[in-house]
Amino acid sequence: MLDPAVLRRTLSTALRTGGEFAEVFVEDKRTSSARLDDGRVEELTSGRDRGAGIRVVVGDTTGFAHTSDLSEQGLEQAAGAAAAAARSGGGGVRTVALTPTSARRPYEPRIAPEDVAKPRKVDLLLRADHAARSASGAGAVKQVSAAYVDAHRRIQVANSDGLLAADDVVRTRFGVTAVAVGDTGMQTGYEAVARSMGFEIFDDVDVDEVAAKATARALAKLAARPAPSGKVPVVIAAGRGAVLFHEACGHGLEADHIEKRSSVYHGRVGEMVASPHVTLVDDGTMGSEWGAFAIDDEGRPAQRNVLIENGMLTDYMWDFLRSRKAARPSSGNGRRQSYQDLPMVRMTNTYLLGGTEDADEIVRQTPHGVYVASMGGGQVTPATGDFVFGMTEAYLIEDGEITHPLRDANLIGNGPAVLRNIDAVAGDFAMASSGGMCGKNGQSVPVGMGQPTLRITGVTVGGTAR
Amino acid sequence: MTELLELASRVAGWARDGEQVEAYVSRRSDTDVVIYGGEIESLSSATSEGVGVRVLASGRQGFAYAGSLDPSVVEETLAEARDNAGFGTPDEHLGLAGPEGVAAAELDLWRDDLASFPTQAKIDLALELERRVRAGDPRISAVESSNYGDGASESAVASSTGIAATTRRTGCHVSAYALAGEGDETQTGGGYSVGRSPADLDIGEAATDAVERSTRLLGARKPPSARVTVVLDNRVATTLLAVLAGTLNGESVLKGRSLFANRVGEEVAAGAVSLVEDPTNPDAYGASAYDAEGLACRPVVLISDGVLQGFVYNTHAGRRAGVPSTGSAVRAGFKSAPGVGCRALSLAPGTESQAEIMARIGEGLLVQGVSGVHSGVNPVSGDFSVGAEGLMIRDGELAEPVREITVASTIQRMLRDVVAVGNDVTWLPGSAAGVTLAIAGMSMSGA
Repeated sequence: MLDPAVLRRTLSTALRTGGEFAEVFVEDKRTSSARLDDGRVEELTSGRDRGAGIRVVVGDTTGFAHTSDLSEQGLEQAAGAAAAAARSGGGGVRTVALTPTSARRPYEPRIAPEDVAKPRKVDLLLRADHAARSASGAGAVKQVSAAYVDAHRRIQVANSDGLLAADDVVRTRFGVTAVAVGDTGMQTGYEAVARSMGFEIFDDVDVDEVAAKATARALAKLAARPAPSGKVPVVIAAGRGAVLFHEACGHGLEADHIEKRSSVYHGRVGEMVASPHVTLVDDGTMGSEWGAFAIDDEGRPAQRNVLIENGMLTDYMWDFLRSRKAARPSSGNGRRQSYQDLPMVRMTNTYLLGGTEDADEIVRQTPHGVYVASMGGGQVTPATGDFVFGMTEAYLIEDGEITHPLRDANLIGNGPAVLRNIDAVAGDFAMASSGGMCGKNGQSVPVGMGQPTLRITGVTVGGTAR
Repeated sequence: MTELLELASRVAGWARDGEQVEAYVSRRSDTDVVIYGGEIESLSSATSEGVGVRVLASGRQGFAYAGSLDPSVVEETLAEARDNAGFGTPDEHLGLAGPEGVAAAELDLWRDDLASFPTQAKIDLALELERRVRAGDPRISAVESSNYGDGASESAVASSTGIAATTRRTGCHVSAYALAGEGDETQTGGGYSVGRSPADLDIGEAATDAVERSTRLLGARKPPSARVTVVLDNRVATTLLAVLAGTLNGESVLKGRSLFANRVGEEVAAGAVSLVEDPTNPDAYGASAYDAEGLACRPVVLISDGVLQGFVYNTHAGRRAGVPSTGSAVRAGFKSAPGVGCRALSLAPGTESQAEIMARIGEGLLVQGVSGVHSGVNPVSGDFSVGAEGLMIRDGELAEPVREITVASTIQRMLRDVVAVGNDVTWLPGSAAGVTLAIAGMSMSGA
């Protein structure tokens, strides 16, 4: 990465017109991917993105510029542009002393993706294709696609407070989609694994199993009925159901929404905002989980932050700018998609702690409802708390038993209302295997999630059955 | 731009015997202004560039990209694409596009006045928009953000098979997202205006839209579940058409994951539905003279009076299907190899205005916003379930606002259940035009 002396001089240029704060964010990211579809390995792709983003803060205004030219001249130009954008008067020269700090990496990857021979990546795809097509009942499987993706991202952050920090994260993801055809038409099943790990992820992850799960999901749905329409009790299986908390309250607890009062959780620290069963944590330090890292994209160490404790709101998530205004430390939640973007408050790995009940018993004590075994993505309007999320594998619950599979549909609810209506939480906590990509203001970053099996007394299911 | 084409042609010229090479290079300059509380929250301005190289050899394809046009980086990128081409599965239908004699439309998508528009004027536009939204209604409690953004992009694609094409375009927008409050309640709504140059922007329209969309939801309730006729306003209909585009993609059809495979010539929609993909329409936001492989874009009729006519193809999918490319190769910038997609879908307009449609159907639901489209719409099975907010229609007129509901059906049924297409075709950001669309018999889930 860049020489600290160059970074120091670039920061001085950025501050020359009177900026109060300046930051240089350097990124070097290599990605590789391989895709199989329709029985063929269609293509291998390699990518390289390298550059720096420079921001200068004056009062409440941030000026930002980025460059793919990492020569000192290129950096000086970007620093000048960012300073001009921040439009200040001031003047004077400020020198910055950079003190390297190190944060412990939550996980040390063992096999860097660039050291893996390409045929090994191709082999994973072919194996998954074979497994999906030879799984039990796979006669109905008409199409399989699989994708392998890795990213090796090195970052370096230097700022005028003297911070100098670096991180190096490897992420690997493998996903399979199966399409099955039956009398009722086509259905899809998807399964993925995603970790902040190197190629050694495949020591633990069996791609045959990933493929078999995708196939089983598509096949189950061939017999699916339309989902109910209207408000019903919903039991959500452990793991990926946590997208519910990501949407229902995670986004609303981001300090940028709080500062602008565009969150239903504004001004409510210390209040009960959820049922006492709910303890919600956002944790960037979680080993090899998908949303983990050593430092955030502003150079702050990742942290474990308890947001809601036994139903009471304890804190929000913070990035550097918002925490500075609030005169408190950042919580390590400043993240950005790339050097071309400004950081903002983002989640890392968000999860609900386990309770004491038995997952099967929760289902048995639900006379009628919907059991959501797997979930897709979601979306929320933080200002109102209204959110949706998609069920990609769901079943009816009849007389306390899981019965017929249901077709895909969205659920819709209101964050604070849903959090209050959680009446049972099991002890079977699990992180979602697949992680996810969270979009906000056009930027997408990897996030992890987890929760135990739980029940909500009433959520609106958007199906078509009467 | 000549410089970009020269670079792309130079890379294509490095093809070895038995190899085909395509280079796509692009450069763009963007400015983004975010205003909050009468102050500039952020101002960014940057130029970015990159190259994507595709190499075909022995019936196999490899791809590599880099976010730089530095000569040594471009050479490395070609080497990496070449290496990647060694590992795919051979495919007899692979092959780069070549000249085919179809003339490209003359489209003027570039405005010089964008480059000379001063930064201060950009800031002033966003400030003025925020001011107008705040002043638009006493119930507007805040403007979460007011933005001005613009971009000028140039790209060139060249291949060892004789392709040499350039495109360039400018675009800009203003947008505001408003919060409206009454008592303890808050509702939100956004408005925007887009154009090729700042002269096209209508601040008043964007402000009015943000104010109306946020305030008219105040007092919204969750209605009981029911089966209703749904009127999609033009922004929402755009989203629906974009979903439909995925199912009319020749590649999906070949791979057996389109609802419409083997149905050409069949009636798949109500007679009022005629759907055309036409990137040569200069009014379209996605208008383009050339596709992502450098072939001329052209109009493609997909559905005519409810009858399915065909699909869109790029060169590879076309070869596999035994038909010519429809000039429908698309790519997500230099970071991806060309796929297949639509750029400019539009429904043939009907004769009625939105008000006339509502008057005719009498009872129903006007949907002004949807959410969860990525999680609730399955383009393979056709299942369609999205979060919605809007207003009930009673006696042909707008009545009480509703929220926290979903509307659901299947893509197949929705096409058949279209009862009206409005006369208000409007080009909006994205790959499709907006037009009021009324669909009978959708499930509205509420309390």
